[in-house]
Amino acid sequence: MRFDSYQTDGFHDEMFDAEGIPRPEARLLLETIKSLEDGQLESSQRAAERLLLRMGITFNVYGDSAGTERIFPFDLIPRIVRAEEWDWIESGLKQRIHALNEFINDIYHARKILKDKVIPEEIIRSATFYRPQCEGIHPPLGVWCHITGIDLVRHGDGRIYVLEDNLRVPSGVSYVLENRDLMKRTFPSVFEGLRVRPVADYPGKLLETLEAIAPGGTSGTPTVVLLTPGMYNSAYFEHSYLARQMGIQLVEGRDLSVQNKTVFMQTIKGLRRVDVIYRRIDDDFLDPEAFRPDSLLGVPGLLEAYRSGNVALANAPGNGVADDKVVYAYVPDIIRYYLGEDPILPNVPTFLCWKDEDRKHVLENLDKLVVKAANEAGGYGMLVGPHSTAQQREQFAMKIEANPRNYIAQPTLALSRVPTMIEDHMEGRHVDLRPYILFGKDIHVMAGGLTRVALRKGSLVVNSSQGGGSKDTWVLSRSAEAGTL
Amino acid sequence: MIREKRPLLSRVADSVYWMGRYIERAENVARFIGVNLHLQLDLPLAPAHQWQPLIDTAGDTEIFKEKYGEACEERVIHFLAFDDENPNSIYSCLRFARENGRSVRETISSEMWEQINSMYLQIQLQRTNPQHDALPEVLRGIRMACHMFQGITDATMSHDEAWHFLRLGRMLERADKTSRILDVKYFILLPSFANVGTPYDDLHWAAVLKSVSGFETYRKQRGRISPLNIVEFLVTDLEFPRAIRHCVNAAGESLRVITGPSDGALKYRSEQMMDVLRSELGETRMDVVIRSGLHEYLDGLQTTMNEIGDGLTHDFFGLRPEQQPARARIGQ
Repeated sequence: MRFDSYQTDGFHDEMFDAEGIPRPEARLLLETIKSLEDGQLESSQRAAERLLLRMGITFNVYGDSAGTERIFPFDLIPRIVRAEEWDWIESGLKQRIHALNEFINDIYHARKILKDKVIPEEIIRSATFYRPQCEGIHPPLGVWCHITGIDLVRHGDGRIYVLEDNLRVPSGVSYVLENRDLMKRTFPSVFEGLRVRPVADYPGKLLETLEAIAPGGTSGTPTVVLLTPGMYNSAYFEHSYLARQMGIQLVEGRDLSVQNKTVFMQTIKGLRRVDVIYRRIDDDFLDPEAFRPDSLLGVPGLLEAYRSGNVALANAPGNGVADDKVVYAYVPDIIRYYLGEDPILPNVPTFLCWKDEDRKHVLENLDKLVVKAANEAGGYGMLVGPHSTAQQREQFAMKIEANPRNYIAQPTLALSRVPTMIEDHMEGRHVDLRPYILFGKDIHVMAGGLTRVALRKGSLVVNSSQGGGSKDTWVLSRSAEAGTL
Repeated sequence: MIREKRPLLSRVADSVYWMGRYIERAENVARFIGVNLHLQLDLPLAPAHQWQPLIDTAGDTEIFKEKYGEACEERVIHFLAFDDENPNSIYSCLRFARENGRSVRETISSEMWEQINSMYLQIQLQRTNPQHDALPEVLRGIRMACHMFQGITDATMSHDEAWHFLRLGRMLERADKTSRILDVKYFILLPSFANVGTPYDDLHWAAVLKSVSGFETYRKQRGRISPLNIVEFLVTDLEFPRAIRHCVNAAGESLRVITGPSDGALKYRSEQMMDVLRSELGETRMDVVIRSGLHEYLDGLQTTMNEIGDGLTHDFFGLRPEQQPARARIGQ
């Protein structure tokens, strides 16, 4: 496996500079790869894939025949992030989470930001994930976004941008932890030489976050559980993985019941009280009495118990209002409004189709822009202009005209690339990066995150449901960099 | 610092119990087929005659007849090993075991899950490409994989309440299967009762013992093949791990740990029934049973064990029926 024919093709490459010279932080890894015997990397790659399958580290594919399980493809070549750049990313993420939390709290209480006309009230009223049921609720410690997975991308200009905030029920962190395990087995010497910052403290930090929000008056260690929709959910592996790593119970809606505004779980010796629920079920399905009445996954009366302060929920219901892609466009204003600071991490410039001027521009430039539905995730409901057909563009134009509020558009970004093993050689593939941020007593950013890679040649869509895979993310510690220079 | 003991969720207890049952069932079916394949090589009879009893042992006579008609080696093996429409085939058992295991992954050890997942992936492969000559080896592989699962379970999972539910399921299933093979074989061999001692008869009885891996132990303990001795050995022996009494005692021990210390009176319905069954098995004389009808006796045992199973659902699992985890009905 050599890099002889490797081309950066004019994209920003995370491993090589524009002249094709290896970046300093990547040198040790490249030397190690070059020192491997022919075929060794490929066989490591295959061994890793077999291991993933044997361990059942799979996700279920929706819309595919029932029970289809696939491994989330994993590529052995990591993305490396310099310590200095990471410090900057980390401070930007903390700033953003801090401001978003202030915003959500304000929206469900005083609504100062609407009264001051920083954001049009109409945007909030029409946001799909706004939950009037949550008005006036005071979550423990005033925190609404306990676990967030913010998507970052690097554009051709070399700058990192925030692409999406993912405040509701972000997934993928288990792959970060499993990928790291696989990598340590494959490249032990590189880990020794590079001082990659560990990610293994995440489950401990998560548990700390969850215990911190236990309702007042809980005696002893609070009972924390993870609520899953069940084993047919696409992220079930992650749910069981995190529950195991934290040593907490994995429960389904049918295990829980509410009596006297208090939540209990059904055990072989009767009912036991539950203090904190890390829920991996969407708001809609959480409580048929408060949200969708046809939900079989949820727990009747849960929201009332939560409102009464007898149980804590993470993430807080209703926080998805800030996931709306129209609200996203206002995040820089939100940061300035609540913190009086300039945003550290920039947004991707966003056209809002409900504004006449923006819509006109979008409709005239559909072949150049990426159009997204304001409330979809997972790469669904999206048009990548330069890769689209005339028919697709026509369809989207009609959708936009019919419901302009629900569409935004952004320039097509030249996402940065990382060398990726394609059969027996390396090719550049586009990546993004999803770090995970915890917010309990204070804000904690995981050192790294999930690097998702679009495995199809030329593709910009990194979602697992659309042919994406993942890579390990190596954030270097400061001392390691000093060593390589 | 030791955390407060985690209470076991009813749903989890239910799934672990069924996981134990399904792995045990898969192992038993693999052993039945293997022994029969081996036995027919020694017999002059038309092969078809040998295969119907296997279907009866599994308790699936009706489903088989409907789908396949006449029993012959190829059909029976496909039905018992690989058929996904037969809820008691090895394939279905491993699939259900895996589904149950998957739903309680945070309770069982990673090693257990890896083993159960490997078994499933393995049989899926064999199912798409069945090779007759490789069959004995495939069946042996399944048996060994099930043994390995039991070993991994005992060595990597804390022997807590969940482990006891798993053992409870395993032991009740094993007792059920031993009673079934004895029932069916005894019924077939009955006409030749007068000819005890002929080589073919001995071969059949030896096959019964081999079906429960009991041939060597039996020889050591009792020597000559004799139907009464074999029935006694398989029903009332305390030490042989597949004897009904041994299994029921082990199941009873686990249930006792689960229910916790009692001050005299037994609180749970399942526990009371188990207690009655244990003392009955200790007192029953097999020569008397055989005279009054072994089939009726074994049938009664199976019914009691099913009732204990229902008692467990009532006492511990306590879920609405439509929400139960993946499973098929027991036996029939």
